[in-house]
Amino acid sequence: MTYLAKNLTNGGRELIAFRIGDQEFCVNIMSVREIRGWTPATAMPHTPSYVLGVINLRGAVLPIIDLAARLGMKPAEPTVRHVIIVAQVRDKVVGLLVEAVSDILTVTDDNIQPTPDVSSDFERAFARGVLAIEGRMICLIELEAIFSHLESEAA
Amino acid sequence: MDMNEIKEIFFQECEEQLAELESGLLRLNDGDRDPETVNAVFRAVHSIKGGAGAFGLDDLVSFAHVFETTLDCVRSNRLEPSPEVLKVMLKSADVLADLTNVARDGGSVDQARSKQLIRELEALANGEAPPASVEAPVAKPVAAAPAPAAAPNDQGFVPVAFSFDDFGGEEETLIVHPTYDIVFKPKADLYSKGNEATLLLRDLSRLGEMSIHCNMDSLPALEQMDPESAYFSWKISIKTDKGEDAIRSVFEFAEWDCDLEISVADKGDVVEVTDANQPMQAVPFDLSILDDEPDAPLGVVEEEEQIAAAQERNAAVAAAEVASNVVQIASTASRAVAEPKAAAPAAAAQNTAQAASAAAPTIRVDLDRVDRLINLVGELVINQAMLSQSVIENDANGTSSINMGLEELQQLTREIQDSVMAIRAQPVKPVFQRMARTVREIADITGKSVRLVTEGENTEVDKTVIDKLAEPLTHMIRNAVDHGLEMPEKRVALGKNPEGTVRLTAKHRSGRIVIELADDGQGINREKVRQKAIDNDLIAADANLSDEEIDNLIFHAGFSTADKVSDLSGRGVGMDVVKRSIQALGGRINISSKPGHGSVFTMSLPLTLAVLDGMVVTVAGQTLVVPLTAIVETLQPEASAIHSFGASQRLISIRNSFCPLVDVGRILNFRSIQANPVEGVALLVESEGGGQRALMVDAIQGQRQVVIKSLEANYTHVPGIAAATILGDGRVALILDVDAVVSASRGQSLKLEASLAAAG
Repeated sequence: MTYLAKNLTNGGRELIAFRIGDQEFCVNIMSVREIRGWTPATAMPHTPSYVLGVINLRGAVLPIIDLAARLGMKPAEPTVRHVIIVAQVRDKVVGLLVEAVSDILTVTDDNIQPTPDVSSDFERAFARGVLAIEGRMICLIELEAIFSHLESEAA
Repeated sequence: MDMNEIKEIFFQECEEQLAELESGLLRLNDGDRDPETVNAVFRAVHSIKGGAGAFGLDDLVSFAHVFETTLDCVRSNRLEPSPEVLKVMLKSADVLADLTNVARDGGSVDQARSKQLIRELEALANGEAPPASVEAPVAKPVAAAPAPAAAPNDQGFVPVAFSFDDFGGEEETLIVHPTYDIVFKPKADLYSKGNEATLLLRDLSRLGEMSIHCNMDSLPALEQMDPESAYFSWKISIKTDKGEDAIRSVFEFAEWDCDLEISVADKGDVVEVTDANQPMQAVPFDLSILDDEPDAPLGVVEEEEQIAAAQERNAAVAAAEVASNVVQIASTASRAVAEPKAAAPAAAAQNTAQAASAAAPTIRVDLDRVDRLINLVGELVINQAMLSQSVIENDANGTSSINMGLEELQQLTREIQDSVMAIRAQPVKPVFQRMARTVREIADITGKSVRLVTEGENTEVDKTVIDKLAEPLTHMIRNAVDHGLEMPEKRVALGKNPEGTVRLTAKHRSGRIVIELADDGQGINREKVRQKAIDNDLIAADANLSDEEIDNLIFHAGFSTADKVSDLSGRGVGMDVVKRSIQALGGRINISSKPGHGSVFTMSLPLTLAVLDGMVVTVAGQTLVVPLTAIVETLQPEASAIHSFGASQRLISIRNSFCPLVDVGRILNFRSIQANPVEGVALLVESEGGGQRALMVDAIQGQRQVVIKSLEANYTHVPGIAAATILGDGRVALILDVDAVVSASRGQSLKLEASLAAAG
């Protein structure tokens, strides 16, 4: 807590990094509620393929989104080694299936480079910048983009 | 408890008072001439005025004052409560409700309307005929008011002269510094609420020249003295030109905790003017109760304690202040009937009970607390089910003591759940009453004459359901009056009663509440609806639709049969919105219409949004819950009963009738080919539209009460799925939306239905 507080007062922010396939992504740690193991989800009819279904999170019904599929990559084949990042997106809580959580990063805005100028829907829809850390490239994604699309599609 | 909380309680009480006011006025309108009804109405306005005064809500006070004044004319038989008079009063009640809402939530009121009503009320109080009518009975003139010293009449009323603030008009008489004799005897409660007699006397002394005498006769010997009791009383003689109102206002916060008698000692030759609210002169000054039994609680005190107990104990003092609003009802009542104080407890209790429209003692609880309790009980039920399941799995032999304990636990949790649910159950009455206002307003705007008949107002249903019911109901009532009913002239021409009837009924039916809204208007113009649907590309021009299907078209987005956008329709709220809000409640809506005879909208809603009795079934490897209320029967189809119908449809014959088979797994896209009906189980369901369908599932697991969990909370609406629940093993199961599945089986896919809804 103090560690977090210190970095925040320094103008830094914390990001949580995770892996999907051979790529790394990160999201703001403030929107992450918890990280838990994969449990089979109850499938729902008439939902986009990246919605794996719903699970019981201590009495609440939590939708699980296959982040790989959502980002337009090869859909995940969930195993017990996969993890679910429970994230708060606006007033809703959603579970994001990823392969593994890799890091907690403390960065300042200076560390975040603008998204490279590639012409893809992915870049326009989700990416909010990239980080270069120890030779790795980590893409900062915006959770709201993931959810807003879902809402309008399923409404 | 801070000021805001006290204020909040005041507003809650206002709601009750407003409801009481409206129902009282409606009773009067129906010809009820019971003096108690008039009293109840008067008290309601008086209480609102009193509370509003305490919070400095001037607009509310001044309107309530005028209203009260006119009501007092009715109370003292100087104004006949004719339909015309009551019309003004009902409108005034609406304005009073508006003012209360504005005082609570901000916003603005229709100033012109309230000013207009103030004028009308004043006109009525002045004995002028109601403005809108010619043949209305003329009220007895005020000038003929009986002498103030009159003894109570048979009804227990003291007719009093009317108090005009400016003493203007024909009553003009100069009052030059009359002298008032005041007997002021505080009760112990006065002190316990932090009032101080000396401060009151000091305020009084500012009104004019005053002489004061302290009566210490009832002071007991020192060893018998109860330090918390009140022994002194004062006799005051004051010469003032401020009038009795000013004297009363000094005691405004204390008047329920003291005996107060004000009389005019020297009035000269002036006509005495007493406060219209205080027909108290004839009450004999009765010291005996307090003298004889200083601790004997009066009815008033009892009421107060009850309410104080309802509040947080540790905030008792603050609560008592608020409680005095309610106490006021009791004390006003007991004064109004001018009975000896000794008889007050019974009367006060009775009156308060009536005013609060609940005989049993009640408490007010924050809804959030109840919700938390309900959620916890929901978790308890799930946990209990999980426990049972794992015990059964791990202990095949089943030690009898464990099993017995589990069974008892199950029973207890079920009972707790039922009790907790019952806490939230409330009669639909408040919503129905609100509809009465809607009808009045729309009738006014449209110039139609409408009578609202309500039935089953005491039918109870969960509070959340009630809250969410108001909006769709308001819209439907608007529709019924605006589109449904014909203009009076047309009705006469059709041989109907010029006054249209809108009937609103509520009743319980097989674990659901059914609300019916019927009008005797022109019914749905099917030709017009059909044409409109064709124009809007909702249906093909040559589509062959049944009458029922045409009627149901009005539930489609953006559908309005009104030719022109009037003030009422064309607000962008259509029946599709009504349907969606009903569906969001887990309910169904259905329409049946007879051209020329009116339409009936039937809404079937769950009693609670928290639990449901369900049939747990397996479909394509998935566990689903089907609401038990939808299921008529279950059957094992035999090959001989299955008939192919056209290319893809299949029917099942049940007792010589044919019912379409619907594969749930197929319609929910859980599988791509239809399952073999003979291998599954058919659930015969009835949709609210009346159509029967046989839903095919793979197997039935059993019947269970499930806790409803919202899918929308974290996700969004899923077509075909009403909600979710958590099963004994901790996994999520989806609750089937039977109506959506049935209507999907009528042709459109679930997706299509959803996109149509989204288009609106």
